[in-house]
Amino acid sequence: MSIAEKSMMSDPSESGRFGEFGGRFVPETLVPACEELEVSFRQAWADPSFRAELNQALKEYAGRPSMLTECYQLGRKLGIRLVLKREDLNHTGSHKINNVLGQVLLAKRMGKKRIVAETGAGQHGVAAATAAALMGLECKVYMGAVDVERQSLNVFRMKLLGAEVEAVHSGSRTLKDAVNEAMRDWVASVESTHYCLGSVMGPHPYPWMVREFHRVIGTEAREQCLERYGQDPDVVVACVGGGSNAIGIFSGFVDTKARLIGVEPAGGAAVGRGQPGVVHGMRSYLMQDEYGQVQEAHSISAGLDYPGVGPEHSYLASIGRAEYPTVTDTEVIEGFQLLAKTEGIIPALECAHALAWISREAPNMQGQTVLMNLSGRGDKDVGQMMEVLS
Amino acid sequence: MPTTLTTLETELRAKRDAGRKLLVPYVTGGLTGWTDAIRAAAAHGADCIEIGLPFSDPVMDGPIIQQASQRALDDGATPVSILEGVRTLDVGVPLVVMCYYNTVHHAGHERFAAQLVQAGISGAIIPDLPLEESALWCRAADEVGLSTIMLAAPTAPDERLPRVCARARGFVYSVGLLGVTGERTTLASTATELARRLKKVTDVPVIVGVGVSNSAQAVEACRVADGVVQGASVVRRLMEGGPDAVGEYVAEVRQALDTL
Repeated sequence: MSIAEKSMMSDPSESGRFGEFGGRFVPETLVPACEELEVSFRQAWADPSFRAELNQALKEYAGRPSMLTECYQLGRKLGIRLVLKREDLNHTGSHKINNVLGQVLLAKRMGKKRIVAETGAGQHGVAAATAAALMGLECKVYMGAVDVERQSLNVFRMKLLGAEVEAVHSGSRTLKDAVNEAMRDWVASVESTHYCLGSVMGPHPYPWMVREFHRVIGTEAREQCLERYGQDPDVVVACVGGGSNAIGIFSGFVDTKARLIGVEPAGGAAVGRGQPGVVHGMRSYLMQDEYGQVQEAHSISAGLDYPGVGPEHSYLASIGRAEYPTVTDTEVIEGFQLLAKTEGIIPALECAHALAWISREAPNMQGQTVLMNLSGRGDKDVGQMMEVLS
Repeated sequence: MPTTLTTLETELRAKRDAGRKLLVPYVTGGLTGWTDAIRAAAAHGADCIEIGLPFSDPVMDGPIIQQASQRALDDGATPVSILEGVRTLDVGVPLVVMCYYNTVHHAGHERFAAQLVQAGISGAIIPDLPLEESALWCRAADEVGLSTIMLAAPTAPDERLPRVCARARGFVYSVGLLGVTGERTTLASTATELARRLKKVTDVPVIVGVGVSNSAQAVEACRVADGVVQGASVVRRLMEGGPDAVGEYVAEVRQALDTL
């Protein structure tokens, strides 16, 4: 608790606010469930036996701690020291496992028999299905019909893991609509079901709870940097859709002098181009039209196709602590290939956003140490990139 | 308990106290034929009419109302265009809007409240604005005499219901089941259970909505409740049969309720 109390990323207010962002804007039916979840999480998080159980799962099942890899070739080429936090090497291939192990353990502790989840690229869906299989819970994943098409391999993975996958045909048929459908399911099934939300978004306590489950990324990375380099990085970079991997790594460095950079897709720049709005249970920056209709995001990566952003990112942006630049799909495709060719690592398209920014901004960061969260591996994107690059 | 009742609540209480069951049809604003559907509903026995302002992400709505909202949005409906349409209505029945909170938030609380009043709207139902988040809106609504209709859900513990009812103006929207709007083959047991719990703690009219799908279910709900909302059943008829079908259906439910 001592870190959280002093930190710029401390616990939210009683109403779940980070500054003026966050809150709990849910249908009345879900209010008691959110309250119950908040109480259960507080108790579990303060309970050494829960922490021990989670830490054991993170170590023995997910493969933590994830390592740091310095990119010597690419670093030399760009004139920076580039270091990757390898969340792509976790079991299921992304950082998402940190959160789902925490939530599924919590769901079991709360006596829930079933989880529902939304997914964009499928990484959270796969992670949720994995954790549900491990802990013996029923799992249903909602995925936009467009994403089901783009990420058919992950759909099959989830089914292999025993989850039911439902394609969502409403609205823009991407991540935001998958969230809507998962919330509708939860409204109807709340007594037996836990909604295993996949990012630092949604109603209180989700943005806070999911951040705490991903805090391990930043905590490890800071220790690893200090041990290896004897100093904190100058810049910490991560991609941002809802913003969970970014929050995770930022949490380790928010109270250092490091610049914090959350890279958004040009077609989904909630912080960059949005205005405060309310959707999916939270007040945050949101892409919307002149009447408050939520706009569709467009990005080459399904995982970042989200018109909103986690409320704590809105807060960090509003106080000037973190920056949220954008990159184009073309830059992303270059970043994707760059890491593959120079370092032998195929990144998820989401992470290629962070690489694209680093590659573009390197001239302004000469000699600096840049830590990037490589939040997922690119296997899932190979099929799509084969078409893009042919 | 408010010291003075809103106009909407005074009217609904008077009807209820005279022994009438309250019938509140729902029509998606901007959907083809919506203004005529409202006229038809008013002419055939509605006591209040709920007008939905379509939103891109309607999390409390099932397939029928989602589809209606999407159609209306595709046809270019906006809160402004719908409120302009409302202004042309003179149906002699109080009108309330159902809208998601971002519509309110984006316009600004005071501005939105003023727009509703100018259009002749008496109240608002905001399904994703629970009690704990409602203070700013309620202040703006109270200021101009708009009724904020609070929702109560079957999941609420006993201690929560009086707090929800204390903030409700016009009526309390008693959510009939665990789930989103849409027609069901039977009335969920939660519909009457929650209405009964609410009647014990409030004198504000208790109206059951969500999952009340036909006249028989409306009668069943009204054996306990003061009235019913008819949402998906009305909207489906408007999409399938036009405003006349809405009028016929409202007349049928009215007749059934009047037997109680």
